[in-house]
Amino acid sequence: MNGLMAVVQTALFVALSPLLMGFLKFCKCWLQNRRAPSFLQPYRDLLKLTYKQPVISQEASWLFCVAPYLIFTAMILAASVVPFIAVDQPTSAEADVIVLVGFFAFARFFLALAGLDIGTAFGGMGSSREMTISSLAEPAMLMAVFTLTMTASTTNLSGAIEHVLQEGLILRPSFVFALFALILVTMAETGRIPVDNPTTHLELTMIHEAMILEYSGRHLALIEWASALKLMLYGVLISNIFFPWGIAESFTLSALGYGLLAILGKLVFLCIFLALAETAVAKMRLFRVQEYLGFAYLLGVLGMLSHIILESTR
Amino acid sequence: MLFLAYSAVIFSFASGSIALVHVFKPEVHQQWVFWLLGLSGFAAILAGVGGLITSQTYLDTLNLGLPWLPWHIHFDSLSALFYLIIGIAVFSISFYAPHYTHAMQKDAQGFAVLSLFTGVFIGGMLLVLLADDAFMFMIAWELMSVASYFLVAFDHENSANRRAAFLYLLMAEVGALLIILAFGVMASFASDFTFDALRASHLSTMWMSVAFILALMGFGMKAGLVPIHVWLPEAHPVAPSHISALMSGVMLKVAIYGLIRFCFDLLPEVHWEWGVVLMVIGTLSAVSGILYAMMQQNLKRLLAYSSVENIGIIVMVLGLSMIFLANNYPELAALGLLAALLHAFNHALFKNLLFLGAGIIHHQTHELNIDMLGGLIKRMPKTSFLFLIGCMSISSLPLFNGFVSEWLAFQTALRVDVLDNGVLRSLIPVSAAALALTAALAAACFVNVFGLTFLGVPRSRHAEKAKEINDKSMLAAPAMLAGFCFFFGIFPSSILHLIDNVAKQLIGSNLPAQSVLSFFSIAPLSAQQASYSPPLILVGALMAAGVCFWVLHRKLKTSVRIAPTWDCGFGGLTPRMQYTSSAFTMPLRRIFSPAFLIEETIEKTMRSHTQTNVEQVRYSLHIQDHSWIHLYQPVEHGVNRVAKQVGRIQTGNIRTYLGYSLATLILLLWVVS
Repeated sequence: MNGLMAVVQTALFVALSPLLMGFLKFCKCWLQNRRAPSFLQPYRDLLKLTYKQPVISQEASWLFCVAPYLIFTAMILAASVVPFIAVDQPTSAEADVIVLVGFFAFARFFLALAGLDIGTAFGGMGSSREMTISSLAEPAMLMAVFTLTMTASTTNLSGAIEHVLQEGLILRPSFVFALFALILVTMAETGRIPVDNPTTHLELTMIHEAMILEYSGRHLALIEWASALKLMLYGVLISNIFFPWGIAESFTLSALGYGLLAILGKLVFLCIFLALAETAVAKMRLFRVQEYLGFAYLLGVLGMLSHIILESTR
Repeated sequence: MLFLAYSAVIFSFASGSIALVHVFKPEVHQQWVFWLLGLSGFAAILAGVGGLITSQTYLDTLNLGLPWLPWHIHFDSLSALFYLIIGIAVFSISFYAPHYTHAMQKDAQGFAVLSLFTGVFIGGMLLVLLADDAFMFMIAWELMSVASYFLVAFDHENSANRRAAFLYLLMAEVGALLIILAFGVMASFASDFTFDALRASHLSTMWMSVAFILALMGFGMKAGLVPIHVWLPEAHPVAPSHISALMSGVMLKVAIYGLIRFCFDLLPEVHWEWGVVLMVIGTLSAVSGILYAMMQQNLKRLLAYSSVENIGIIVMVLGLSMIFLANNYPELAALGLLAALLHAFNHALFKNLLFLGAGIIHHQTHELNIDMLGGLIKRMPKTSFLFLIGCMSISSLPLFNGFVSEWLAFQTALRVDVLDNGVLRSLIPVSAAALALTAALAAACFVNVFGLTFLGVPRSRHAEKAKEINDKSMLAAPAMLAGFCFFFGIFPSSILHLIDNVAKQLIGSNLPAQSVLSFFSIAPLSAQQASYSPPLILVGALMAAGVCFWVLHRKLKTSVRIAPTWDCGFGGLTPRMQYTSSAFTMPLRRIFSPAFLIEETIEKTMRSHTQTNVEQVRYSLHIQDHSWIHLYQPVEHGVNRVAKQVGRIQTGNIRTYLGYSLATLILLLWVVS
């Protein structure tokens, strides 16, 4: 029963992620005085791509065709680990938050390799930039996450969320720092505006798009879906760790329904925030990104130090 | 068990001498060298596994060496673990070397030199692990160091190699001197040189710290810790590839063994300050090792620098373990030690795999510059697959072995809140973040390596003409190591159970009672605090990937169209348009520029009349190590200056020398009277 719950929850997670993208696009369009496509447009795009014939360069190797499956699988695994509707997910015990970061690293590794596979300058450019940004973002993210796990003295996500739920609403300075650090990292890791522009196709500025330029058809669909999943993963992670209230603590139907509504509400709020931020802020130069991520890392360190100095029981 | 341990040593020495016999009696088959090497490796594996399972200490005395100083032998769990590490490496090399050294075998004398010193080198390493007194330890240590000098200098026609070998010998001897001094400090408070006597010695804290610092410098010099690592990336790459694999994958571990033996076993107590020293030096080595690795174009040099990084991680976690031990948290200290030893084991596996892979690439293309390779995944599919597994393991991606040890290291660092000391409580998380940075940079570095070497379009004729190696046994060695990397990534508990015995022996404590090391999942502290179950993740991944594949391929059945790469309509995509490694790492080089000494020059030749059209551009990039300029060169200049001053007494005039003799004579007479 619990296993089935986990599968259903993961499937729901995967199925809802394009909707999040659609809603984000809707918010952005609305804020920028443009006419928005339907919420369901990402689903239509994915469907169209899966039916299209993929065109593959003659220079491509097997890795190019396998990479989308590996990336998508890594994201599904990540989705199965993060508590979505209910907190005590049985799959959460399989992997903790460090493994979650490992799944992201796994997906990124193959995405960057796929970018280099064809042997065009764009692919290499994208891979190089992606690996640079992520190697700066990963320590910042782990710093933020470590602050939480040290407070809860567990690295299991379910355990950490339960701990926050039990403690009730306390304003912890360390959590505030960690929250901001994690938001900054999210922007960088999911390729959102101050770091990368998801809609650009201008060669000098693109990062994520440069790596996947050669993909088409079902391969592109998998990669697009995986990046939607990644955005959703970060969103759920932020909302459920810092604001876990409403998440189902038992597997009754009413609790689950309430939990689903709660998480959707939190994600809607986050989307509006993200759309506002993306509308208000301009994309920054590539070599400003280290300052941005350095700041995120600093926030993570401050969170950690304030936990150690101010909050720890000893 | 001792029988197996001895036979591993004897087989390795025999393998060396067989090659020598072959020079004089050509009817003795050269292949015996490799069979004996394989036997030696196999015996070492058996002895290692046996020693770890029984977790007993076997003692013996051999009447070798000086008459009043017999060799004391012991074989305990710690020795057994490192026996296992050496055994796996030697066993894999015995498959690999026959074909790899095929061209060298025609020159019987050269081959004899190579095989003799390989045998002595391996035997020396094994003897270091068996030593139970400082005297024998140093003899074995010197056997290992000097034999490996000859291996580094094997290709001595090249003057750069001679220089590297000399630097290596110099550093090895300085390191050995420091280790002797460290033992000397201990022995001056003890009755004799046996480890038992050293353990029982009563030192003041000051003298203990002196011994610790000397040992750290001595073993650190061999292990390649920053800032005394400079010899390592010079020396390791110039040896033949299977020897580089042994040096980088295994010999550095012997230095780690020495450090662990000295700090956790011989020194009567540990202090947390030492742990901080280890942690800081380890963190520095890890971060700067991987940063320098990324800037290398020579594949073997890059791998050597990445060894500095991994040794740094091991030493950092050892420091953590020491801090916990000194603060009376033996269970957490055991966890740290487990993480460090597991990383040592894992690093031996994947570093050997990568070096052997690099050897195959060199063998097939005669090229090690990653900017000159490319597209090998189509030409050498098997090698590239094995190399990919190595890259994934070293980048610590989940489901592979490198991840497990890194995960355990994080788990250790995250338990910092049990400590009272505020400095430690804020320092340890920062070094954990540095570990995260290292892991991320390692992933970037090995994306660079794999992407440029195997993917894309060939950048040179050598790479274009490359063919897959047709010798099965030469592929079998990396295949075996890759299999281990995957196996221990999925079932880490199998090796963790064994390593737990080592922790029990050294620290006297296992992991906490609530810890789970089952077939399916590992939870080093308790299942509530952290758990990782790679087999279940693998099953989940297979299911998810299977469903995707089934839906997209079986249901939709759209065919794939192969087309030329889109060139934006301009035409003429050439391999030179691809990213090179210096382009790939440019953003990181710019961000971390204070870490390097960068000389970057761009020369432009203008077309004569109009100063606007560029005819030719030359770009050169030269990156140097800080410690080379700021540590090694001043020492070198200083030594030269002193030598020049001392050299003044050499006038070359016979009367002066007669005068010296007279003066000495008078001085001696005065002393005697």
